[in-house]
Amino acid sequence: MDERKESEATPMKNRTAVERKSERELVVTRTVNAPMRLVFEAWTKAELFKRWWVPKSCCLTLLSCEMDVRVGGRYRLVFSHQGSTMEFFGTYREVTPHSRLIWTNEEGDNGETVTTVTFDENAGKTLLVVHDLYPSKEALDAAVASGSTGGMPETLDQLDELLVSLGSSSATK
Amino acid sequence: MVQYCQTRFDVSFGALADATRRGVLEQLGRADASITALAEKFHMTLTGMKKHVGVLEQAGLVTTEKVGRVRTCKLGLRGLQEEAAWIERYRQLWGARFDELDKVVEELKLKEKVDGRKKRK
Repeated sequence: MDERKESEATPMKNRTAVERKSERELVVTRTVNAPMRLVFEAWTKAELFKRWWVPKSCCLTLLSCEMDVRVGGRYRLVFSHQGSTMEFFGTYREVTPHSRLIWTNEEGDNGETVTTVTFDENAGKTLLVVHDLYPSKEALDAAVASGSTGGMPETLDQLDELLVSLGSSSATK
Repeated sequence: MVQYCQTRFDVSFGALADATRRGVLEQLGRADASITALAEKFHMTLTGMKKHVGVLEQAGLVTTEKVGRVRTCKLGLRGLQEEAAWIERYRQLWGARFDELDKVVEELKLKEKVDGRKKRK
């Protein structure tokens, strides 16, 4: 086997797409330049997951991340912001190694949101599809309404800055 | 910028921290409603509901308009433009998330390669 240069592996970032598929569904897609077993590992091992799930920003800190990745197992993420804490928690419904993960999101008052993540490998790259099914149109509308003024401002407001700094640092390379 | 973010966060977080107010948002997602109708729906006094709506209004989640003697409430940010803006921000969140995921996965790839070499030796 010939030795390839590491720089060939990540020439540029892949595009992330988001689409509201229906009144209750939101779908995020992205290709990752790695085989699905590695991508799956990054989604299912807490020590890896917590390194990428919360984009670096000033406003939010991930305090703890517990993940019992098996059918019926639970997860709980605790964030802190200025003395307040927020929790995201739910249950894994399906764990099919390397190809499919389904979990519920149970912290909302309006019923569960079900997230299905599929991993689809082609030529050594993995297409990730993150599909959120909200309990109702109203629940997704409310998420959009609160999100546009800052349902997740802790990450989103900082993101613009982060992306600008990432963009400028890669441009100077 | 940092303070702006945090102030907005606190206002929004505070507004959403209450179950009644989240219920009001959900209700307004279905249809606009008067404060009187909301008070009835949530079994509250008019004054109590006015306070809740005031908090939501301050956070920009709800707007109100008085026509005659009736004050009508609706979701503050609605319509395709707002949704498109939200989708774009959501996309940026995931974009940043995936960029971090790339780093983690690159490490795993490298580790696998190194381990593979060790095994072959």
